[in-house]
Amino acid sequence: MINHIWAILWKQLKDTLKNKAILIQFLMFPCMTVIMENTISIDGMPEHFFANLFAIMYVGMAPLTAMSAIIAEEKEKNTLRVLHMCNVNALEYLLGNAIYIVFLCMMGSLVIAFVGGYTGKGLLTFMLIMFVGHTISMLAGATIGVFSKNQMMATSLTVPVMMIFSFLPMLSMFNNSIKKIAKFFYSEQLYLLINELNAIEIRMETIAILGVNVCVILSCFIIAYQKVFIKQY
Amino acid sequence: MQRAIKINNVSHSFKENVVLRGINLEIKKGEIFGLLGPSGAGKTTLINIVTGQLNASEGVCQISGMDSSKLSGEQYKKIGVMMDDFGLYERMSCFDNLKFYESLDGNRTSHIDYVLSQVGLLESKKVQVANLSKGMKNRLSFARAVLRKPEILFLDEPTSGLDPNTTKEIHRMILEEKDKGTTIFLTTHNMHEAEKLCDNIALLNEGKIVEYGKPAELCRKYNNQKKYKLHLKSGEDIELSHEKDDIEKLIFYLQNDELETIHTGEPDLEMIFMTLTGGELNK
Repeated sequence: MINHIWAILWKQLKDTLKNKAILIQFLMFPCMTVIMENTISIDGMPEHFFANLFAIMYVGMAPLTAMSAIIAEEKEKNTLRVLHMCNVNALEYLLGNAIYIVFLCMMGSLVIAFVGGYTGKGLLTFMLIMFVGHTISMLAGATIGVFSKNQMMATSLTVPVMMIFSFLPMLSMFNNSIKKIAKFFYSEQLYLLINELNAIEIRMETIAILGVNVCVILSCFIIAYQKVFIKQY
Repeated sequence: MQRAIKINNVSHSFKENVVLRGINLEIKKGEIFGLLGPSGAGKTTLINIVTGQLNASEGVCQISGMDSSKLSGEQYKKIGVMMDDFGLYERMSCFDNLKFYESLDGNRTSHIDYVLSQVGLLESKKVQVANLSKGMKNRLSFARAVLRKPEILFLDEPTSGLDPNTTKEIHRMILEEKDKGTTIFLTTHNMHEAEKLCDNIALLNEGKIVEYGKPAELCRKYNNQKKYKLHLKSGEDIELSHEKDDIEKLIFYLQNDELETIHTGEPDLEMIFMTLTGGELNK
């Protein structure tokens, strides 16, 4: 099992360098953070403003789009069938990709954290929050990828979901009505946690919302995995 | 002789569409078996069932005595599959594609270079698959199928859409695999390919096997007219039967050195297929 997961992980890492569509997902927000944090400074702007904002947009976008695109492409190009013939089971395949995506996203998050000036305990907490966010988004992406028949279907499903998860935290800063809706999504809750990093206080409401989000996404994933993916695999 | 594949009363349908109807076949170890049929006859569906990629609606397939729907990792290592749609990673090089599949098997000793040289792709080992021609992709797909040194090789339309030179190369590679003792199950709608390569063939039409046997025997079996086609040195083309008068004419042409070429009028597999189904193989 470890052998198969490692082979898939290594293959994906090599493939990423040639896959511009996926590569840009991993690099876009860390690069934007570097640029914005170093070029824009406005009086009264909250500390780590761009790092925090782009970090949460990164959480909502990169793992979700990358995971759904990779699975959908493998289905469309029939490489998934070949993996089945090589005795790679569906769980090994998904785990290999999940580890790869979370690993690269964490590398990107580390860049954001350093540019944002996080050090010591703050850095660890920031990375932990990012890990939780990337894992949930990756699971949402896996659900879409597993459910979609091809890349086109995956893209049409990924874009609206990604917009909700990545843009709601930003939009909620400008509109209270949006804020009331956004608080039910994990990305908004994680954004609130990142912004309170110096005096973080884990509330029951946060845990409950994160728990419900994970349960809903996990349930969708299990249904899609059992009803669609296992039959296609 | 030992049996490599047994297909026992296999039927399959996709919702209302019946694709295979009661298929029974036995393929011996070391033989090249050809499944001939027009597009949509059910050839790929049968390969998918035999290789365990699809569960048949009815019936059982066995590979080396094992139920093909329950093949384990070690049993999968004994089969190689070349699919009609490649299933290669387009952004990776030829070498990296094979390296990946080899690493899935946990092989420590690599013979990728040897396999690439066998299929004539050693010089292109660092070329991205996306930049290969269709013939080169076919050869790489063949290389991937034989990389595990399989006991049974499944080739789905291995030369479909290829130029004559590449087709010849693929035929050479198939015959080399046969010489190594590999059992080969190939699907094709090319009758010449089947006649040239296969020890036994089955003609598949609308999901049913309509004829089975050795290509040469089938051609003789359906040779109802029993005629010879002669081309004389004078340029004249004539057709002779087995009648006494015609045989005397043939002896006359031979004795007087007037004969340029002589051919039997046996039907080819295409004609046999048309006789049996009223359809065409190369549809």
